Amino acid sequence: MSADTLPTGDRMRELLSMRAPAHPASSLSSIVTLAWRAMLKIKHVPFQLFDVTITPIMFTLLFTYIFGGAIAGSPGEYIQYLLPGIVVQTIVFITVYTGVGLNTDIQKGLYDRFRSLPIWQPSPLLGMLLGDVFRYAMATSLIIGLGLILGFRPAGGVLGVLAAVGLVLVFAFAMSWLWIIIGMLVRTPESVMTTSFVFLMPLTFASNIFVGLDTMPGWLQTLVGNNPVTFLADAARKLMHGEPAGPEVVRVLIATAIVFGVAAPIAMRLYRKER
Amino acid sequence: MTNAIETVGLAKSFGGTRALAGVDLAIREGSVYGLLGPNGAGKTTTIRILTTLIRPTGGSATVLGHDVVREAKQVRRKVSLTGQYASVDEDLTGHENLVLVGRLLGLSWKTSKQRAEQLLEAFGLLDAGGRQVRTYSGGMRRRVDIAASLVVVPEVLFLDEPTTGLDPRSRNQVWELVRQIAAQGTTVLLTTQYLEEADRLAERMAVIDHGRVIAEGTSRDLKSSIGTNSLRVRLGSADARPRALELVTSIVGEGVLPGQEPLEITARVESQTQAARVLVALGEASIEIAQFAVGDPSLDEVFLALTGKPADEPKAEAKS
Repeated sequence: MSADTLPTGDRMRELLSMRAPAHPASSLSSIVTLAWRAMLKIKHVPFQLFDVTITPIMFTLLFTYIFGGAIAGSPGEYIQYLLPGIVVQTIVFITVYTGVGLNTDIQKGLYDRFRSLPIWQPSPLLGMLLGDVFRYAMATSLIIGLGLILGFRPAGGVLGVLAAVGLVLVFAFAMSWLWIIIGMLVRTPESVMTTSFVFLMPLTFASNIFVGLDTMPGWLQTLVGNNPVTFLADAARKLMHGEPAGPEVVRVLIATAIVFGVAAPIAMRLYRKER
Repeated sequence: MTNAIETVGLAKSFGGTRALAGVDLAIREGSVYGLLGPNGAGKTTTIRILTTLIRPTGGSATVLGHDVVREAKQVRRKVSLTGQYASVDEDLTGHENLVLVGRLLGLSWKTSKQRAEQLLEAFGLLDAGGRQVRTYSGGMRRRVDIAASLVVVPEVLFLDEPTTGLDPRSRNQVWELVRQIAAQGTTVLLTTQYLEEADRLAERMAVIDHGRVIAEGTSRDLKSSIGTNSLRVRLGSADARPRALELVTSIVGEGVLPGQEPLEITARVESQTQAARVLVALGEASIEIAQFAVGDPSLDEVFLALTGKPADEPKAEAKS
């Protein structure tokens, strides 16, 4: 738009003749559009995805080959136990990026634009989450693929694995709302990261992702036994290995409902609140 | 004449801080209106209330007849906002950003894409359209941001400091664009710290300080309201400036404006006679004068007269 190329006269009139359509985008259409935006971000910044899957890949390799023999007799035995847990850990960690992404958007003023548009106000959040669930699914496939190469053999077959992944995604969707809250409360994307890791480290390590409860001291067993991540790892493990998982799945769904029921309304309140 | 924007006693407090303390505005449909003031004066707060991003704590505001609180959705359908910082997604390409906005405004995928290309071409961004916005220069970002506000041409366009941080060339381009947009019937409300910008673009303007309108009118109104003339002396050499400043100050008192270029002294004078006295005093002190002029005050001088401080004085207060 150097002054000489800025259109003038009729061309400018034509350019400035586009009026608003009779109806702005519907709720569904705006959510889909904003999910499309989230997908584009995966396409343009794929690094974010690898960034969070590299740690679980390292953990899988380390634990399987270094501790596997000691913990479960052999690496091949151990990976059957470990891999469903690693899937859980990966996804639980990635959920933080929802908060990081939201915080970045807010700082950049992008949410001001969204909020000044005539769209259903929650759609930017829901669209972002929808895109994130897709991201979680991609990370999950990566980890399971690696597991299969290393000798992971889920007895539950494709259906069992899909059921487990579906459950993990539902839980991750609920959990993302926690990071949305943090994403709106803190000042920088970096502090979303650090704040959430304070919760995530104990949440994932004080669980039965790596080892069973039996060798832990009694008090810790109580703690770890009631960690929702433990519920999720249990359920994922049983579903993937084709064992009956009814009670575990129900426990996960209850935990999911509680997390969602508490976090989502708070997040929406904060979102509507002005900044 | 109908007004596109009307505010009555608009007030806003953030916690204990009062950002707006009763702002009354009446902005005619189809005009370019300037909100002028230093950082923290309440310009951005006013715009954020008018674009429904925040709610007033007192008073009321309507945009095209719609109350900004009770009829926020109707307001959002008719306005666009380009904020102080480029509110576009840096990870996405320029083209994708425009398509995104088109879709959210209810255009079909096909129309959104066509519109994106049309705007990119018009704004000289066709080649850059496929690149991520993070690779753009400041001027390009601002252009894509303004383009995003024009995907559907709004009835009221809000521009919050549209040229802050732009080089003079990009600034001229934005000015030209604002004129063209207004010529097509869109009402434009822009905030600025640059008095020159308001002077050039806005038919009327309000000067805001400490959350209040302290002056309102055309730039001519504002200039004549302070009832003084502007004196401009250009010195033959910069060495003489301290001595010349001293002399001028001794005659005009508080009216000397700081922060000018090394060879120039600008001051408010009450009368032609006072200006003549300055000329005589400089002559007697054998200070070489390259240029000596008395004229209408610039808006900078208006601002100094109204607020007691120059417009570009940085303030410690947080931006509101």
